[in-house]
Amino acid sequence: MTQTQARPPAVAGPAVKATPPGQAGDAPAGGDQPVMFAGQRHLLDVDTLSPAEVTSILESAEGMAEVLSRDVRKTPALRGKTVITLFYEASTRTRVSFEQAGKVLGADVINVTADSSSVKKGESLLNTALTLRAMHVDAIVMRHPHSGAPYFVADHVDASVINAGDGTHAHPTQALVDLYTIRRHFGRLSGLRVAIIGDILYSRVVRSDMHGLRKMGAEVVVCGPRTLLPPGFAPGETVPEGLPFQGVRVAASADEAVEGADVVMALRIQSERQSAGHLPDLREYSARWGVNSRRLSLANPGALLMHPGPMNEGIEVSSDVAHGAQSVVEEQVANGVAVRMAVLYALVAGKREIGQ
Amino acid sequence: MGGAAALPLGESRTNSSGRVLLTADDMRRALARIAHEVLERNQGSRQLVVVGIQTRGVHIARRLADNIERIEGWRPEAGALDPRLYRDDPESAARHPVRPTQLPKSIEGRPVILVDDVLFTGRTIRAAMDALLDFGRASRIQLAVLVDRGHRELPIRPDYVGKNVPTAHDERVQVRLNEVDGEDSVALVRVSPERAEQEART
Repeated sequence: MTQTQARPPAVAGPAVKATPPGQAGDAPAGGDQPVMFAGQRHLLDVDTLSPAEVTSILESAEGMAEVLSRDVRKTPALRGKTVITLFYEASTRTRVSFEQAGKVLGADVINVTADSSSVKKGESLLNTALTLRAMHVDAIVMRHPHSGAPYFVADHVDASVINAGDGTHAHPTQALVDLYTIRRHFGRLSGLRVAIIGDILYSRVVRSDMHGLRKMGAEVVVCGPRTLLPPGFAPGETVPEGLPFQGVRVAASADEAVEGADVVMALRIQSERQSAGHLPDLREYSARWGVNSRRLSLANPGALLMHPGPMNEGIEVSSDVAHGAQSVVEEQVANGVAVRMAVLYALVAGKREIGQ
Repeated sequence: MGGAAALPLGESRTNSSGRVLLTADDMRRALARIAHEVLERNQGSRQLVVVGIQTRGVHIARRLADNIERIEGWRPEAGALDPRLYRDDPESAARHPVRPTQLPKSIEGRPVILVDDVLFTGRTIRAAMDALLDFGRASRIQLAVLVDRGHRELPIRPDYVGKNVPTAHDERVQVRLNEVDGEDSVALVRVSPERAEQEART
């Protein structure tokens, strides 16, 4: 997607949150038993979820995974509900997995992409949101190149807004998929050591992953070129208190990051970063930060290799490792549908009627 | 509280959590009787599938299978079913995680005994039958419950009952199972009317 898209004034700046987390109109979280998304109407990032909420979503996803293994992959849970996927950026796996998740739950799913909608005619994000509100859709799954755009839309619609990736800010369902995948293998998250290597600065996946992993008690070690580390992330140090992602350790080298890790996550390197001067050259990147079999052998025996996809094989991850015994990359994709079903079900079916 | 005459099974007593309806021994005897009844009614069919409704029904179904094995020397296949996605009250149902459904490879043409702890409005059973139908055409579906507390809202009746208990709306039947709660007992407890109203919907 290019710069020609409609850009409402409210989302102009980088990482603008139209409404801070803990959105307006939230009911107080009930002190009852395991309750999913207590009082939350939207899923904009994982930072507003409690560990209990995360756990209940991950548990529910196990139930959803079973539904996906049935001969009849259809349930009436969201019958009569409409889910819109509104994608202002290219995507295959995220959009398709949301679509499949909605359909298995019985919802009607309508896909809208920026190039096939009135966005092309210059409609602003606000007007698109108001149009969708007038159509009484129940959920809007949204991806947008600008950080904070889903927060803006959430303020203007009655539907549940699910952030499917906003700029460099957040990708909460991918983080939940990663947590789910790790939990399935280890039976827990707390106490595990997760090494994340690559573009820590621009990756929305890593930001949501760091929130989620820290929240669930995992140890997070990150590593990447200095030019691709966020402010406050100094190699060899731990992110100090008071900064976002406090407690995340920044390794001085990829080898150090991987050593003793239970999970090694390689992040996609976007070639645009190189032209922008963040990277020396891709071969050097591969040598210093790429995950190959030698590097992976420094991790704990049985460590998982993860990648949010799409992979640049031979750059951030070598082909033998990407398709090796420790790789759970394909599993991440498969788990994506189950986790997104759990999210859609909790938000859309569980929605209390507002103002009707 | 009290009222020994109202309790034909077991001793009448109260504990901190209310009036005891079934003791561990009562529960054991009731399940043994139900196992005999199930076998008799189904002519000892080895095709039998015992399916518990998540979460406590699953444990009761397993015990029923244990009992059948003890009586007949073979064990019926047991399964677990979560009808949550088929419920007619999605707003409350969706606030709890969906539990996995695990059924035998095929239920096609086989008699299925649905098992739950407490039968109340009947709405859970309606949902469970719809869920079950997605897995194939059972030759028949029968219902076994530990406690029938009345207040049906749908035309559903159990085939096997551990104990019939007339209840008021603001009372709750609390089933405690060794596998989950560390002890076996069924008690009648009083809850606030708001809570009762809410629970009738979950």
